Amino acid sequence: MHETGGPDVWALLMVFLLAGFVGFQVIQNVSRLLHTPLMSLTNAISAIAIVASIIVTGEQRTTASTILGAIAIGASMTNIVSGFLITDRMLKMFKKREPQK
Amino acid sequence: MSGFAHTLTQVSYILAAALFVFSLRWLNRPETARRGVAAGVIGMAAAVFGTLLHPEIASYLWIVVALAVGTALGIPLSRVALTAVPQRTALSHAFGGLAAGLVGIAKYSLWVGDGSLTTFRITAIVIEVLLGFVTFTGSLMAAGKLQEIIPTRPITYRGQNYVNLALLGIAIVAGAGLVIDPSRWPLFAVVVALSLAFGVLLIIPIGGADMPTVISILNSYAGLSAVAMGFVLDNMLLVTAGALDGASGFILSVIMCRAMNRSFTNVLFGAFGQVAASGGRAGEQKAVKSATAQDVADLLANASSVVVVPGYGMAVAQAQHRVREIYDQLVKRGVDVKFAIHPVAGRMPGHMNVLLAEADIPYESLVEMDDINRDLPQTDVVLVVGANDVVNPAARHDKSSPIYGMPIIDADKAKLCIANKRSMNPGFAGIDNELYTADNTLMLFGDAKVMLGEIAKALSEDSGLGH
Repeated sequence: MHETGGPDVWALLMVFLLAGFVGFQVIQNVSRLLHTPLMSLTNAISAIAIVASIIVTGEQRTTASTILGAIAIGASMTNIVSGFLITDRMLKMFKKREPQK
Repeated sequence: MSGFAHTLTQVSYILAAALFVFSLRWLNRPETARRGVAAGVIGMAAAVFGTLLHPEIASYLWIVVALAVGTALGIPLSRVALTAVPQRTALSHAFGGLAAGLVGIAKYSLWVGDGSLTTFRITAIVIEVLLGFVTFTGSLMAAGKLQEIIPTRPITYRGQNYVNLALLGIAIVAGAGLVIDPSRWPLFAVVVALSLAFGVLLIIPIGGADMPTVISILNSYAGLSAVAMGFVLDNMLLVTAGALDGASGFILSVIMCRAMNRSFTNVLFGAFGQVAASGGRAGEQKAVKSATAQDVADLLANASSVVVVPGYGMAVAQAQHRVREIYDQLVKRGVDVKFAIHPVAGRMPGHMNVLLAEADIPYESLVEMDDINRDLPQTDVVLVVGANDVVNPAARHDKSSPIYGMPIIDADKAKLCIANKRSMNPGFAGIDNELYTADNTLMLFGDAKVMLGEIAKALSEDSGLGH
């Protein structure tokens, strides 16, 4: 399916390794205040699986693969919409102390 | 033309990967956090539009229908009460796992037909399906327990760990058989079925108090299943985003384990719930000193520093807005008020912070356990609302206690401790709390919302009089 003739296993492993390191570095600095929004945000981000589901569904190779792909799109889209919306809803609530009246 | 579309798709993926990293970077601090959400949304939109340009897409009908259904489900799920956020989170891990598992089945069925299942592909598919479906049913179980559709107490039986490990072993052997000969589709069905069953069995023995850890681990699994999907589909964006999610879940799991004094291997093998099950030690009844709401109001008003220790009980009683009223009254009188947040307070990491932020308590006043413990010996009054095990001094010195070694908030070291409870019933872990019978502790019996409401009322009536 690819001109290059199959996936490059080593390149994928390298990306996994580096992204994992970046993830550790960045997420270790997230304030504990925000761990609940962190979880809903990363959840929405990993719903990027939707791109794979879109291709599986859109190719329409077999009825079964189209149906399975469509359910996967629905599940991922639910996570994207609810994940980003609820993260923003929670973050809006975090306010600084108001100046004393 | 299709070459151009391919380039556009790839550019959108690189853009998305960069924006996702920035998104998490900006989430580090509350001041920039909302920008992080915006970056995530833009990255996601770019990747989705980039994918829709993909030349292999033959029809958009089902794509559009599924996107519409997902949106329709997602909007109400984003508006749940904040006490229900842990259930929603568990449910979204389930959806993530489901998507990975289903795409794995779809790719298997396509590739087994045209004979293009290389060893690498089948290995990646087996891992994807295993992680995806374990996350799916495991998270559904967790959501059910959090929503209290399924009994929250741990359900245990003899040899449980052996049964679980045996099932996992069979699934792995079946997976290995598939790697040797990918065309044996009944083995694939076995892997799917056992993964689904294993997810259920893994969560059954876990009690409500362990939910913060469980949710974090499932978060990590959901991320890793996305990584496996990326390996199957040769998609580096999926690998990147999945690795970020997996790293986040892993870090949160470690923090939760430390906060409950559990080893990570202990948690990975699903042996939690045992600590909770071994509780229930009957202690001798010591005298308890109790106070009225008016007494407490006077004590708080005359203090110069007050630390509130909230627990999930506060959220269950919906008392956080009463807490906010007391906070306002005290701050108006110049009292220094802080909140001591234990990492496992609530039902998921950071849950208590969100519940207090909803009640408009400024986030600078929410202090982590280690930082507040330094201040507590100089604190005039500690007010414990709906927290129990996280303030039990037995964790520090009583080696026979099931929670021995768990880091706690040192409420007993303050000059005066006031604990609100419905009655003297023990908490989650079923352990007596010696804090309640300590010499410097006063008990305030009654429903948190009612009692705190009375304190707030007494404080506001006072404020007009006196100095």
